[in-house]
Amino acid sequence: MNAARQATGKTMQKWLISLVIVTLGVSVLLPLIQLFSRAFYDKSGQFIGLNNFVTYFSTPALSQSVTNTLYISSMTTVIAVTLAFLFAYALTRSGIRGKGAFRAIALLPLFAPTMMHGIALTYLFGNQGVVTTGVFGMLPFQWSIDLYGPVGIILAEIVYVFPQAYLILAVSLAFADYQLYEAADTLGAGNWRKFFTVTVPSIKYGIVSACFVCFTLSFTDFGAPKVVGGQFSVLATDVYKQVIGQQNMTMGATVGLLLIIPALAAFIVDRIVERKQHSAITAKSKPYRIKENRFRDFFFTLICLCVSGFLLLMMAAVVIASFIKVWPYNLEFGWQHYDFSGVAGEGMTPLWNSILVALLAAAIGTVVTFIAAYAIEKSQVWKGLRQTGYFLSILPLALPGLVIGLAYIFFFNNPDNPLHGLYGSIWILILANVIHFFAVGFITATSALKKLDPEFEQAAESMGISQIKVFWRVTVPVCTSAIIEMAVYFFINSMVTISAVVFLYAADFKLASVSIVNMDDAGDVAPAAAMSVLIVVLNIIARACAEWMAAHLKKRTTWSNQEKGQVA
Amino acid sequence: MRQSYLSIQGVSKRFGLFAALEHVSIEIDKNEFVCLLGPSGCGKTTLLRMLAGLEQQTTGRMIVDGREITSLPPAKRNIAMMFQSYALFPNLTAAENIAFGLQEKKLSKKEIAAKVEEALDMVDLSHAAAKYPAQLSGGQQQRIALARAIALSPQVLLLDEPLSALDAKVRQKLRREIRRLHEQFGMTTVMVTHDQDEALTMADKIVVMNHGEVVQIGTPEEIYNTPLSPFVADFIGAINFFSNSSFGHPFTDQTKLLAIRPEHIRILEQESEYGIPAHISELEFRGAFYRIFLRWQDAAGQMSEELLTLDVLAQQARKLGLSRNKKVWLELPLENLLAFEQSAATLQERG
Repeated sequence: MNAARQATGKTMQKWLISLVIVTLGVSVLLPLIQLFSRAFYDKSGQFIGLNNFVTYFSTPALSQSVTNTLYISSMTTVIAVTLAFLFAYALTRSGIRGKGAFRAIALLPLFAPTMMHGIALTYLFGNQGVVTTGVFGMLPFQWSIDLYGPVGIILAEIVYVFPQAYLILAVSLAFADYQLYEAADTLGAGNWRKFFTVTVPSIKYGIVSACFVCFTLSFTDFGAPKVVGGQFSVLATDVYKQVIGQQNMTMGATVGLLLIIPALAAFIVDRIVERKQHSAITAKSKPYRIKENRFRDFFFTLICLCVSGFLLLMMAAVVIASFIKVWPYNLEFGWQHYDFSGVAGEGMTPLWNSILVALLAAAIGTVVTFIAAYAIEKSQVWKGLRQTGYFLSILPLALPGLVIGLAYIFFFNNPDNPLHGLYGSIWILILANVIHFFAVGFITATSALKKLDPEFEQAAESMGISQIKVFWRVTVPVCTSAIIEMAVYFFINSMVTISAVVFLYAADFKLASVSIVNMDDAGDVAPAAAMSVLIVVLNIIARACAEWMAAHLKKRTTWSNQEKGQVA
Repeated sequence: MRQSYLSIQGVSKRFGLFAALEHVSIEIDKNEFVCLLGPSGCGKTTLLRMLAGLEQQTTGRMIVDGREITSLPPAKRNIAMMFQSYALFPNLTAAENIAFGLQEKKLSKKEIAAKVEEALDMVDLSHAAAKYPAQLSGGQQQRIALARAIALSPQVLLLDEPLSALDAKVRQKLRREIRRLHEQFGMTTVMVTHDQDEALTMADKIVVMNHGEVVQIGTPEEIYNTPLSPFVADFIGAINFFSNSSFGHPFTDQTKLLAIRPEHIRILEQESEYGIPAHISELEFRGAFYRIFLRWQDAAGQMSEELLTLDVLAQQARKLGLSRNKKVWLELPLENLLAFEQSAATLQERG
């Protein structure tokens, strides 16, 4: 009977793995292949090799975007990583006060669509901006930066990528072997030497990874350049113009391929780095000890105040602007911008649509990624296929939202495709979001599952308990906090994303992020600000719920642990 | 008073109300190999780190070769330390690790290279110069860490549990290696360990510590043969404790706590004048010897509750035909008997 159970367990594993690979194959691989091949055909479906790329690079108006985008991304990366490093260093390696508050503020931009950063800049540095006009003429001087163009985009992108860079660097700075610093001390090394021989080498992979993430995100972002880009064209807005504006699908695909290059490079580098990063910390390592140093703390407090002050200023500008009647002529407060009925945004419906999509994406995404991670991590059959599954699961890390959106148009809009019915429905939006954010959910689930001793399954197997029962009674309960984390990640990102869904939404089913772009385009900037504020508020509520649930759960489990201890 | 080479004078360290070190004073001679020995949490590592300058004392002074180092930063002390985890910089090769400290001194590149080579040669790892720590075995890492410390020609060498991360075979070998280097270069060395065998085999002088205080200082032989307290007797080697009234013979003062090491008890097949009747309740085969647990007969003819431990060479045990429940007589030679000013009650409390 045991052997029979084992056999059914193995069959189930095989089914699961097959299911994961087929699902990801259809929703990731086939659309990508469509996109790739489109770039090598002309409009009439004739194979033309690299001609599309030749056309692209010989059209100055188009190829200019490549240089522009590279410039934006490089500047953003250098500035954002530098600031994020100082910020992360302050929070992990100095004795400043208010670390919790600083950290919360640093993560705030994660809750906002990137358009919001653009809108904030408009209100601060735009033609009628607070700073540009010297607080509406109240100050004796005015300060005008040339916002619409590279400056605005770079500023918005820095705000957008800053929390990502901060998170990566804070994690690498958190791990240190203090004995290395003490050894350097006894060997007579000064602070700078310690910094360059101990600190920098130990976080170099974090720096590399942060650079790639920042570069990729700013390289492919659509929201910020759309709002503050002005006439300065970048690849992401080009794709949009080609596909939506000119219906030139092949050129859209060509630009899409260019967009994927840095993301793909980042993906490969990340894989290599991942392998190297282990082994740096051993059981004998001692945690970093922060010594007293008033001067250092003063310096870092100043930096943290500047950075978080700017982030708060950006947030506050949008919130305040959304309540002001007619910026900058009538500065009275009012709710009228939160009544979206009269503007291009078409009322409150897009927000409800967004919530629905985000909730469904969170539910489906969490279930699917968890099962995929489980099938790949906890099965003993078909090693080769499991590796393929793993690769397909993390491949979305290399796919910018715009590329997913484009690939889905090509794949699902094809009338010959049996899945054609999804196109134009809510489901393609959910699918796009689930796939777009698949990799992070998958990695979260995998690392939670890795912590679970494989002997659980083996012990259960030896006692003749079915794998499904172990899954429900042990695996899922133990991984609950990871599952909550995954769900809230899917929700928040689905709320703020614009890139993939901008190609896929149906005319009668708009999303909040889409309506922000439309309202901003139509000049209804204040309602666009109001909609952004609503998204941020909802996201903060979602995050707060997740924290509350996680804390509640922790309390319950420690309580049950204690009880267990008493029995023993 | 004779001026010693390294002098620790009344050093205390408090963390809030907790005293990690309580008025510790130790005098160490030049070229001496000293072991700080004690159970975990006794403050031995804190004391070592204080010597290195990694920890600040609350009160007290430390003097090396007539120079007060109490408030000097680590770099200015001319003291080298080898860390428990070795703390080799993972991004530097073995040779670069050794050169690291030398580069802080004003030496030419040539001199540094020569010293690095010499240090590598000293630990027999010249062939590993270009390897990174991750490519070296645990024992090799340990030797590189040692070479890095010695290359600075420090006035004092500190070793923090240098062998604890290694497996038993390698540990034996490196004990002799460290000892050989010490004899060759004669560096004044202070080593922290919780392993009594390590302390007994390596040290010229052992400082036994407990609860942040020095409880005894002496040569390994002194510590082993004439421990000044039951704690030291118990911590180093195996020992039997019993209250004086246990036996019929009133040896000395009735209030004293008596102790004897297992290898000092004589075992006889026949009754003798001072022989105490006993019978064997358990035998443990330990290879070269048997460890035997016995119950003895007290003055009233009752069998004792406690067990007495004694070691008998395997050869002798076979000759005597020792086996469970066999009746034997024990002799406790007076010269090996230890007596402590402590009641049996405190012994039990000590656990």
